[in-house]
Amino acid sequence: MKARHKRLGFLLVGLVVLGAASWLVFNALGNNLSYFFSPTEVAENKVPADHVFRLGGLVQPGSVERGEELTVRFEVTDNAHTVKVAYTGILPDLFKEGQGVIAQGRMGPDGVFVADEVLAKHDENYMSPEVADALEKGHQKGIADMAKGNKPL
Amino acid sequence: MIPEIGHFALVLALVLVLIQSFFPLVGAQKGIASWVAIAKPVARLQLLFTAIAFACLTWSFLESDFSVLYVASNSNTSLPILYKVSGVWGAHEGSLLFWALTLSVWTTAVTLFGRSIPPVMMARVLSILGLLSVGFLMFMLFTSNPFERLVPPPLEGKDLNPLLQDPGLALHPPLLYMGYVGFAVPFAFAIAAMLGGRLDAAWARWSRPWTQVAWVSLTLGIALGSWWAYYELGWGGWWFWDPVENASFMPWLAGTALMHSLAVTEKRGAFKAWTVLLAIFAFSLSLLGMFLVRSGVLTSVHAFASDPARGMFILVFLVAVVGGSLALYAVRASKVRSYVRFDLVSKESALLLNNVILVVACAAVLLGTLYPLLLDALDMGKISVGPPYFNAVFIPLTAPLVVLMGIGAMARWKRDSLKNLWPKVRVSLVASVVFGVLYPVVVMQKFDWLAAIGMVLAFWVFFTTLKVTRDQARGRGLGGLSLSHWGMAFGHIGLAVFIVGITLTSVYSTEKDLRLDVGQSHEMGGYQFLFKGATHLQGPNYSGDRGEVVITREGEQIAVLHPEKRNYRSGMPMTEAGIDAGLTRDLFVALGEPLGSEGAWSVRLYHKPYVRWIWLGSLIMSLGGLLSMADKRYRVRARRTAMDKAAVGATV
Repeated sequence: MKARHKRLGFLLVGLVVLGAASWLVFNALGNNLSYFFSPTEVAENKVPADHVFRLGGLVQPGSVERGEELTVRFEVTDNAHTVKVAYTGILPDLFKEGQGVIAQGRMGPDGVFVADEVLAKHDENYMSPEVADALEKGHQKGIADMAKGNKPL
Repeated sequence: MIPEIGHFALVLALVLVLIQSFFPLVGAQKGIASWVAIAKPVARLQLLFTAIAFACLTWSFLESDFSVLYVASNSNTSLPILYKVSGVWGAHEGSLLFWALTLSVWTTAVTLFGRSIPPVMMARVLSILGLLSVGFLMFMLFTSNPFERLVPPPLEGKDLNPLLQDPGLALHPPLLYMGYVGFAVPFAFAIAAMLGGRLDAAWARWSRPWTQVAWVSLTLGIALGSWWAYYELGWGGWWFWDPVENASFMPWLAGTALMHSLAVTEKRGAFKAWTVLLAIFAFSLSLLGMFLVRSGVLTSVHAFASDPARGMFILVFLVAVVGGSLALYAVRASKVRSYVRFDLVSKESALLLNNVILVVACAAVLLGTLYPLLLDALDMGKISVGPPYFNAVFIPLTAPLVVLMGIGAMARWKRDSLKNLWPKVRVSLVASVVFGVLYPVVVMQKFDWLAAIGMVLAFWVFFTTLKVTRDQARGRGLGGLSLSHWGMAFGHIGLAVFIVGITLTSVYSTEKDLRLDVGQSHEMGGYQFLFKGATHLQGPNYSGDRGEVVITREGEQIAVLHPEKRNYRSGMPMTEAGIDAGLTRDLFVALGEPLGSEGAWSVRLYHKPYVRWIWLGSLIMSLGGLLSMADKRYRVRARRTAMDKAAVGATV
């Protein structure tokens, strides 16, 4: 085998691996990203209708309804708007009213967010940056709405 | 008083590492023998002071000295002694101190075990390690001092995060840090070799055992973390592709590539420049992991520090280390070209491809981990990249690697041919396809394509490794094989066991969240889970509920499990799963919440076949690493070179 052929061989193998990897990465990234939205963005209809996304905010105090069965209903708020959420399964340990939460799932036809995964913060003093940001924006929006004479929710 | 001694010892250690990093390096470049000679004693003295600091912090924990802010935030008087000790590295400041201590221990170990290394090389290595220590100690003293006082001291401390109050977690961070910091040693060797302009087989031989010991610690650390997540988090999963897990997995991938590439550099003198680059990558990824975990940019259990000054410091440190070493590489790499030829079909090629795949897989994980951070930083929306991304990319990329393992272990150095390889792999190939396809049908009693593919790969690695071992042992017997061959064999068979574990667990696990009334039972995987109700529970620093679940199979009692739901005094709730472990299956019960007033609970049940094999495989892999580290060629050469040096010294 000539040196030139050998180099070509190595090059080809390298290109095949890289090509396969890039194809896999782009394919997988396109299908598996989920965007984060706040309840305000849900109210403004900014969320995808047919795609999974993440909804974050605080669990509205007094909104958690646990029935006899496994399905739990609660509301997520950013202090400007709230979204109803339904989740069937066992909630994480740190799920609590008035605390931060992130739910992953999609909007149901009746305007209830159907979560297939619920994440709560991991320790007492910690709030996920996304939720903190959403609350901050919700807070500002509430002030702006009041200034415009709209009633805050 | 004691905390001040600790603080003072840290300052002294910083002064010492400044000396350790400056004088030997300059001495080595300028040829000043006395400056070179101080490297070893200073490095050892530095260990002494860092150890004093560490001992002082441990003492403060044991004595519950709540006037120390760090102790008050992470310990209290009712905490069991084990967790008082593990609390020392349970949060940000202490884990940094532990990190610095580990680095000094490694540095001193290099001075003790590296007797064969010429003094100038040793001086360079120690000063590079010293520079890294400077970074860590400055970070600690300027942004995260573990000895900061709290005035007035509280009567009682807060609690250590209950998630961390677990024997597995007492060991998980030290092992991980040993791994992370361990990669600093091959990194320092690579930089020192580039500075000296001498990259030869000897350099690779010095680096190899250090790389292996770091790799072994990292493997054990990751496996322990995975095991802990499995039984402690109550979700029953063993790997979540969480950014923090990825942070430890990326250096592992780069380190695995480095280990294999060092083997080629040592035995054949090839891939020198590439090996140097991998050594830089492995350590840079360790630092990146630390940045991701400590800077608070991640949403995770581990992100307990969220102070921008800290993030900034680590970022600058990271840029300095990565940028500096890559700049040096750019200047020096052209000089370290390897002039060794090998054919397209050869062991070298197989190992090169192994490296390419590992690095590409590592890059894909890096991309998935950093992409959300990048988009957020550019204000392009908040996204998360879920586990499906990682599975969809990582598994197809690494499956060919497993096929390659069998061929690579078989192939000859320098030149081989497919015609020569085919008869060697023929039997293994047929056997692995037959066993791999039959296993799901006969043992698991349900055929599944993914399971069959996974099992074929696992059997393939197993049979080819056996075949290589038999061929190598021909004429000298199994006892005549070198430890480094056994290291390879165990490493690869460990991977096969691991593949069996992940494949069968992923395909055949059943999971169910359901409501169980007292006396109600549920059937899963041939087992009956009977819920007997829950009773009140009182522990030393928590209270809660304790359920009882009786598991039977065909009328015969298998186990009685007691899953718990605890409320710690700090106000944090915790789920303690009840697990019946077995070699071929785990049965797992976790309590959710009480439902209604009749004593019913929501309960999570799992039947997980072969899940133990995941950790068993990791253990076998680590054993492989230890065996090849103990190979006598590292010791014999060390002794011989020491004798040569003594001889030279005598004639001078």
